[in-house]
Amino acid sequence: MGDSMTTSPRNGPGTGEVLLSVQGLVAGFDTDAGRVQAVDDLSFDIHRGEVFSVVGESGSGKSVTAMTIMGLLPTLKVSAGQILWHGRDLLDLPDEEMRAVRGNQIAMVFQDPLTAFNPVHTIGRQIGEAGRIHRGLSKKQARLEAIDKLGLVGIPEPHKRADMYPHEFSGGMRQRAKAAMAIMNDPDLLIADEPTTALDVTVQAQVLEVLVAIKDEIDSAIMLITHDLGVVAGLSDRVMVMYAGRQAELAGVNDLFYRTHHPYTLGLLASLPSLVGSDDEPLVPIPGSPPSLVHRPSGCPFHPRCASAEDPGRCASEVPQLRIVATDHLAACHFAEEVASGDRDPRTVDRGAEA
Amino acid sequence: MSAEPSSGAAGSPSDLRDFWRRFRANRLAVLGLAFMVALVVVAVLAPQIAPYGEAERSSVFRGPPSWDHPFGTDGIGRDVFSRVVLGSRVSLKIGALATAISLIIGVGFGGLAGFFGGWVDGLVMRITDIFLAIPYIVLAVAIASVFGRSQNAIIVVLGLTGWLAIARIVRSSFLSLKELEYVEAARALGFSNSRIMFKHILPNALQPIIVYGTIAVGVTILSEAALSFLGVGPQDPTPAWGLMIADGKGSLSNAPHLVLFPGLAISLTILSLQMIGDGLRDALDPKLR
Repeated sequence: MGDSMTTSPRNGPGTGEVLLSVQGLVAGFDTDAGRVQAVDDLSFDIHRGEVFSVVGESGSGKSVTAMTIMGLLPTLKVSAGQILWHGRDLLDLPDEEMRAVRGNQIAMVFQDPLTAFNPVHTIGRQIGEAGRIHRGLSKKQARLEAIDKLGLVGIPEPHKRADMYPHEFSGGMRQRAKAAMAIMNDPDLLIADEPTTALDVTVQAQVLEVLVAIKDEIDSAIMLITHDLGVVAGLSDRVMVMYAGRQAELAGVNDLFYRTHHPYTLGLLASLPSLVGSDDEPLVPIPGSPPSLVHRPSGCPFHPRCASAEDPGRCASEVPQLRIVATDHLAACHFAEEVASGDRDPRTVDRGAEA
Repeated sequence: MSAEPSSGAAGSPSDLRDFWRRFRANRLAVLGLAFMVALVVVAVLAPQIAPYGEAERSSVFRGPPSWDHPFGTDGIGRDVFSRVVLGSRVSLKIGALATAISLIIGVGFGGLAGFFGGWVDGLVMRITDIFLAIPYIVLAVAIASVFGRSQNAIIVVLGLTGWLAIARIVRSSFLSLKELEYVEAARALGFSNSRIMFKHILPNALQPIIVYGTIAVGVTILSEAALSFLGVGPQDPTPAWGLMIADGKGSLSNAPHLVLFPGLAISLTILSLQMIGDGLRDALDPKLR
């Protein structure tokens, strides 16, 4: 079951059974300063077997999206939209049924492995606990399975490690143990919220490889939240770029990198250090900073920072809708086609202004 | 000495050894612990140690300390040493049970307030404000007039009035601990609120509870003595230390031993518990490692 529901035409490419379908999600927080629209009109599907990456700057709504799917933000007000999981709207589920989904069908790997384990319990017990709660395993069974999972994520001597405490683990081992905890119940969807940000570069790669290997092993899907485009390029099947709580672009990873249709994505790519270019080639930052989510800019939220925006003009007055710009390729830019063809490359515009 | 981040509470055996090494460094705390261990032994073996029964009378009234009566005799000829020894049972029982009640109520209310916040927090904190506004002596007199004067009544009184500080301590611990990522992770694993509260947060909040609980036993014993002194506590012939001081206060000038020995027993017990509490705090505080 699962792929029987109607999906909007804005979901972009992807193959395999649709596991999760977010449709028209609008959500925000009420603060003293006003409503913070953290997520605005978000729609996407995640299919079994894929790595779906969500990219964006801090405050672009990546984590809020993940936490909303998990139902972990009690102060968040959802004003529109659905989060369909196997055809059921997670937003409507009673607490108890939502708890049965969390950690069982959808699991999450958090950002900081150093604080993600409870210091007073052994690693094995904490990993096994999810199995005891959701599948009623005995303590002994849970421990054995926890040892299995620790082995699966590449921790040496898992039977010894299971009885150790979190402070006896290194950061990389803890993050792997965290992954073991998330896969304890073979979830269909693994949400990884910047799982490698706190780790050494060398360990990052190992942890990510482990996550993908696990995904293939248990035939699930990964929603990978990151601001690291290098990570995205290496692992993802599809990428969603977010800006100010809205989707900027959604495409297969190659299409996104080589047939970019949104100036913001171009800006992100330009700010990436390259190993092949000449040494003195400067990094090109995106000027300005992300907009306030309380007082959004008029029109396209990116237009104040966009080198190729028409201001005054369409970009400043009309919010661009996410639309199909090429096969399996969605972008929210009035001039997506021109951006893709290079006529409106902000880098060339930028350099022209400097010269 | 260790570079690794300190784990929250004592868990593995090496943590326990580490803890004892640090506790031992505080001489006064060790002294207090020794006194309390001795007091507990005395309380357990009290009927064997006491040469006379609690209501057994001799012909010597208000007799000074002697070989037959090391702490002297009281106004109706009872042996003060026996009564102080037997009284240790009363004090320790009241201190321990009343503190246990306070801990259960305080941890429960404080935990709920800190974990759920919002209106639950507001309600619990207003309840503690109301209790703080009523002097426990007034409450004690009121409850004693309902339940009568007995050990059980005083346990209930002290238990019902002693939980306020514990609730506040637990609340503040829960408020900060619930923001930690492992609590979020426990939620993400679909654990129930009660499981998160008791299995994941409470073990990390134990340190201040242990320290305060130790000191609270002393405070409770002192309160019991005060209430007994006022005549609201256990009744004669129960050998409560506070009651013995109350009985002896009239003859302070000619028979000071009637007040001195039970008074010393109360002071030393409370001092010991305070010193143990101090030692525990220093030994458990990760910042002082």
